[in-house]
Amino acid sequence: MSQPVEITIRPPKGFVGLNWRELWRFRDLFVVLAWRDISVRYKQTVLGALWAIFQPLVTMVIFTFIFNRVAKVESGDGTPYPIFLYVGLLFWQYYSGTLTKASDSMVLNAGMVQKIYFPRLILPAASAITGFVDLAVSSIILVIMMIYYGFVPHLVGIAILPCLLVCMLLSSLGTGLVLASLNVKYRDVRYALPFLIQTLMYVTPVIYPVAMLAKYPIIKECMLWLNPMSGVISNARAGILGNSPIDWHALLASTVSSIILFVIGLYYFRATERYFADVV
Amino acid sequence: MSKPVIQIENLGKRYVVSSERERYLSLRDELAKKFSTKRRKIEAQKRDFWALKDISFTIEQGDVVGIIGQNGAGKSTLLKVLSQITPPTTGSVVLRGRTVSLLEVGTGFHPELTGRENIFLNGAILGMTRTEIRQKFDEIVEFSEISRFLDTPVKRYSSGMYVRLAFAVAAHLEPEVLLVDEVLAVGDSQFQRKCIAKMGEVSKGGRTVLFVSHNMAAVRQLCSSGVVIRKGSIQHAGPISECIEAYTTAVSSSNTTILSHFKAIDSNITLNRLVANGSDLDYLILKPGDDRLLLELDGFAQNSMNIDLEMRLTDPYGSPLAFFAPGLEKGHGRRIEVGEFRLTYDVQLPRLFKGRYVASFYVTDPGRRGWADADMALTIEAEGFATASGRVFDNSSSAGWLALRDVRGTGQSDL
Repeated sequence: MSQPVEITIRPPKGFVGLNWRELWRFRDLFVVLAWRDISVRYKQTVLGALWAIFQPLVTMVIFTFIFNRVAKVESGDGTPYPIFLYVGLLFWQYYSGTLTKASDSMVLNAGMVQKIYFPRLILPAASAITGFVDLAVSSIILVIMMIYYGFVPHLVGIAILPCLLVCMLLSSLGTGLVLASLNVKYRDVRYALPFLIQTLMYVTPVIYPVAMLAKYPIIKECMLWLNPMSGVISNARAGILGNSPIDWHALLASTVSSIILFVIGLYYFRATERYFADVV
Repeated sequence: MSKPVIQIENLGKRYVVSSERERYLSLRDELAKKFSTKRRKIEAQKRDFWALKDISFTIEQGDVVGIIGQNGAGKSTLLKVLSQITPPTTGSVVLRGRTVSLLEVGTGFHPELTGRENIFLNGAILGMTRTEIRQKFDEIVEFSEISRFLDTPVKRYSSGMYVRLAFAVAAHLEPEVLLVDEVLAVGDSQFQRKCIAKMGEVSKGGRTVLFVSHNMAAVRQLCSSGVVIRKGSIQHAGPISECIEAYTTAVSSSNTTILSHFKAIDSNITLNRLVANGSDLDYLILKPGDDRLLLELDGFAQNSMNIDLEMRLTDPYGSPLAFFAPGLEKGHGRRIEVGEFRLTYDVQLPRLFKGRYVASFYVTDPGRRGWADADMALTIEAEGFATASGRVFDNSSSAGWLALRDVRGTGQSDL
């Protein structure tokens, strides 16, 4: 068995850094919780994992009609609007899903939080991982659309994809951590979140290209630096579809801002997590 | 001699209790408070509550220690601090060895998952590795007696099956230090006995166990020493029999009424007074020769209803000895109309050996529903009786609880 461990429990003082060794010790729990979230997700549904495809697909059809046909929004670089939109929706679906699940993770698992000791970080982190399963499933449609429209991804585009995924993970988890800890104390989060996500979608280039903001340079810069998803989505399009060059400026903005968001989230979460069991 | 496995020094845990009643804080309220001119008044409503205060004790390797105390004494808070679920306010704890805490059975069980899946899930939550779970899997299934339903989602389980599975996983933990809260009170009595036996087995393997329970019989059976906690402080620590004695004495001398023990009173009735042999206190002495218990219950009914008072006599550890339920025998309770009521009973007691007995009361519509319950509400100190030799049998001796008599009793040979 494992070495005898010696633990000293004291009243907490100040900020306690991440305990990596402890996180490693609880890796099994992390894997099992992620597995639970995935396997429970589509239990007792007829369509099962098809829901992961169905949702973005229907949204794509409706949005294409309204924003492209009716409101005349274009991709700006000649990319057919449906595929342009679908890439945006794919990433947005992950972001909003992870944000929601991470924010609710403490409250939904209140029983565990009150009765079991484990690094609390595991819960929101597990929700961030499960989002990738939906992302992978709904990517199938993207591949089909790419074949249909005859798109071949850039080599550089493929190379920056991991970086984009990490930025997306860090920014959704960072925001999710802050909201999760606020949610423990203030259930307002539950009501504010759908509204927040809806608003965020309009200030993220999901249904329109960043280029449309060329007339408002200040707003465009704000969006790139304050909202990491802007750079992620526009570069995902550039990288996967290859119709416009990779926007290194936006990529830098995304990377820096998502790391900052994550650090803030982690700090706030670590500073408040010790009282979760008493408050939740 | 190695260092103690658990070393607790001056442990304290403070909660700030605000007298506002709302459970969920909302941001608006917090902001309103921040800018309110009445801020000082709101501050004043908060008060400190020390759930634990100056707790110090050490536990050696292999000790099985019972933590006993009344509801709200701080037992569960102590376990939560030891399990690192909530941080202490003062003092320190040193734990040496792989510690697993079991504050509840079935934590993290997911209703949509099957029994098999939940074993792995719950095992991981309780700190087992996947290899450990795989090794113990068959044992767990066998212990839980649910092998036929292993691939059914647990939401389709009966509550009995659910707790059996949950306890089975927990029972197969093999940590060096085990912290257990009131988890034996699950399942039917047969399964409970199985659980207690399993716990005994676990604690004999040289493991250190900290065991919180209200079940004094289980505590006595499993633990070698104990700690009595009262209002957040240690009242007594030592051999388990001393602790149980200290605990039951403290409970009985608290000068409270029998009525105050009633929980979950139905809104259709109000209870005003319950008197046993002329006293409404929850401690009664039966003098030698006293074999009657005169009960008088006063109350107020909102509706006309059937009502009856039932009483269960138990030993101090909660094992039932006798039951008084006149309404069940007759098939109906007493009919009362809206307004005040008084029920009186004259209970013929069996002859009791010297010692302590406890009565629980149930106000019911016999066989149909309960109106109010008071568990272990009246402590009865029987002084027993002297035999011809002058000896007074004690219920803690091998005599047992009830004195049987020979009603033929000619005192001569029957040949």
